[in-house]
Amino acid sequence: MDTAIAEGGARTGSEQETGLTALLEGLLEADNAGIAARLAVDAVTENQWADEACCLLQREGASRAETLAFSPRNRREQGSKQGPGLVTDLSLEVPHAAPGALYLPIAVAPQGRACRGMLVCRGVQQQSKATLLRVARSLGLALRRLAELERSLVSERLLRHERTQLDGIVAALPDPILVADGDGRAMPTNAAARRLFGPPLVPGEGRRRAMALNESLFRAAWASQALGTGGSALFLADPETGEDRLFEQLTARTGAGPAGTVVSMLRDVTDLRRTADELEANYRRMQRLEAESRAERDQMDLIIDAVTDPIVVTAPDGRIVLMNRPAERLFLAGDVAAALPVRQAVRENDRHFSRFMTSLMESAHETRLRGTLMLTDPQTLEPVPVEVHAGKLPPAAGERPGMVTILHDRSEALENARLCTELRRASDELEEKVRAATAELLDRNEQLRRQHLALEQASALKTQFLANMSHEFRTPLNAILGYTAMLLQGVSGDLPAPAKRHLTRVDSNARHLLGIINDILDISRIESGRMPLTLTEFSLEELIAELLAEAEPVIAKSRLVVTAQTAQGLPLVRSDRQKLKQVLLNLVTNALKFTHEGSVTLEAAHDPEGDQMQLRVRDTGIGVAPSDRERIFEDFRQADNSPTREYGGTGLGLAIVRRLTEMLGGQVSLESTLGEGSTFSVAIPRRLRRR
Amino acid sequence: MSERAARRRVVLVVDDFEDNREMYIEYLSHHGFEALGAATGTQALELAFAHRPDAVLMDMSLPGLDGWEATRRLKADVRTAGTPVIALTGHVLAGHSQRAAEAGCDAFLSKPCLPELMLQTVRRFTAAEGAADDAT
Repeated sequence: MDTAIAEGGARTGSEQETGLTALLEGLLEADNAGIAARLAVDAVTENQWADEACCLLQREGASRAETLAFSPRNRREQGSKQGPGLVTDLSLEVPHAAPGALYLPIAVAPQGRACRGMLVCRGVQQQSKATLLRVARSLGLALRRLAELERSLVSERLLRHERTQLDGIVAALPDPILVADGDGRAMPTNAAARRLFGPPLVPGEGRRRAMALNESLFRAAWASQALGTGGSALFLADPETGEDRLFEQLTARTGAGPAGTVVSMLRDVTDLRRTADELEANYRRMQRLEAESRAERDQMDLIIDAVTDPIVVTAPDGRIVLMNRPAERLFLAGDVAAALPVRQAVRENDRHFSRFMTSLMESAHETRLRGTLMLTDPQTLEPVPVEVHAGKLPPAAGERPGMVTILHDRSEALENARLCTELRRASDELEEKVRAATAELLDRNEQLRRQHLALEQASALKTQFLANMSHEFRTPLNAILGYTAMLLQGVSGDLPAPAKRHLTRVDSNARHLLGIINDILDISRIESGRMPLTLTEFSLEELIAELLAEAEPVIAKSRLVVTAQTAQGLPLVRSDRQKLKQVLLNLVTNALKFTHEGSVTLEAAHDPEGDQMQLRVRDTGIGVAPSDRERIFEDFRQADNSPTREYGGTGLGLAIVRRLTEMLGGQVSLESTLGEGSTFSVAIPRRLRRR
Repeated sequence: MSERAARRRVVLVVDDFEDNREMYIEYLSHHGFEALGAATGTQALELAFAHRPDAVLMDMSLPGLDGWEATRRLKADVRTAGTPVIALTGHVLAGHSQRAAEAGCDAFLSKPCLPELMLQTVRRFTAAEGAADDAT
């Protein structure tokens, strides 16, 4: 029975059914039940099972009502009560069941695949129902076996079919395919392989040798591949044409162990290789060219960016195709959120530039163009005067030329020019000032010279005036003093005593006036430098004796003891005798005036240290308070400067002493104790030298 | 006495300031001299040449022909070349006495010059010629 089924080879539903029908008939015969039965089998899904079952039933002449029993309405109940491989006693509610028909569901599940059937028995008696159930159970088991058998049959058939297909494919492949055994002997499996390895279809020595060579080459390649050292490329000879061809060898090992077979597929890559080589070479060249051009481009970009002047390249249509960073600074706002003034500046710059470029493009025929523009720096909003240098790029056929434009910032140049102008102006101004100052200086000098002259003249005039004044004073004084003297002498006869007393007052006042005039004249002469030094060598003792003799009348009148104390062996003095005499005379007169009783002493000594002459006039007079010691040497000063002063004198005596002493190269000093007396000291060089 | 009357010494007083001139004239007359007065240099020369005085008292600061020039002319003229000229000046500045000596003055007096000093000096120059006895 197995054999029969296997040989039946039924593949379609009808064939299967035929097998099963026969089986069933056999079974039923053996059971001798004489029952007509039909079976429906589904191997796929419940739905299909149901559909097929319905079809079967219809074909078997089942009524429409019977068929309805398998409608999906009932199916759920059926499924839930079935177990695999078991026929369940199922009382189906068949509404229009045929009289005398028994419905027995059969379910098998060989290898998990559901297979359900329905045994329909007609004319079955109630008493033979148990028998029928047994039959159905056997039937289920048999069916299961049958399904398994059928499955293996189907797979063998499929295998055979696939083998045939595979053989067809292998034969049709243009690539040679070989199977190598453990020794690497190649067994060609298709025509393409046989063309290389034989056996030759057309005999020939060349072909045979080529094939033998190929065989050995393949074996060597196989061996190296087996060792894991060789590549997959293999050169073989084409026995038909004799040329070498390159094959790529693809191998797959089938079966396990070292003796397993190896399937090799060879692919002729000769042309491919050549193409690939060419492609690669081209690709390399292209890459190199691209790298070169990229490097050039990069370098160009670097150079362009390194240029501090803005550079703009425009396409023939006026579009800007390239800008360096300085140009971007002028023509790009950068951030969309940039401040409004920045965007405005950029827009303005762009407008200016475009207008300029348009006018250049249209008007000029030269390839190089120049112009100036006033742009605005968007960052600082400072105006940027630029010089524009534009060069036309060689145009493509029939096209307008592109432009390379360099904008040179002229701010610095303009600023330099401005500074230069300013500097020149400043320099001119300075020069003018210097000239003016020089002129002024000359003027000033001239003025000073004139002033000097005027001063000299004034000084001379003053001296002259003083001289004249002195003369003019003296003339009337001469008459006053003269007539007074004559009256006192009794030239006009004897006068009464009061008149004589009055005339004596006139006389003394006139003399005082004369003294003042003389002193003023002296000071004036000293100051105007009109009192020249007359240096002579003389003896101090003699000078002092002469002085005392001349002052005798005054001394006698004072009733004071006046003595001279000169050191022994005084050296001769070289100085201005007349001036020294006046100094001493003034000091003695001064001492007499302020001393009421006691003495006046004139001392003279030589101080070898410094070779100086020390002259002192010592009195026992009223003395000078420390606060007055400097004042008394000033013009017209006395210690008592009140209008009703007690002592006469011009107040010029000591002032003249100091001036004359200084002329003689010496100093005058005073030591005094109020109420006890004073000592005036004069120190002069023994030998005065003209300066 | 007769001798004195017969030959009175003549002194010419030259000064443009009348008070001084009259004062010296009066003082000299008081002391027995015959005194003549001249107010200008020109007048002094006329009188000197006409009266041949024994001495001339010459004030140097004179309007017009001044004392120095007058002295030079007196000394240059044979009639008066031997007449002593006593210079009298209110100018006491250095150089005046020297200038006077250069002009030919025989003595130099500076103003104010008291009558006694003037008389003393005049007597010094007229005594050699047998000056009159002092009246005082």
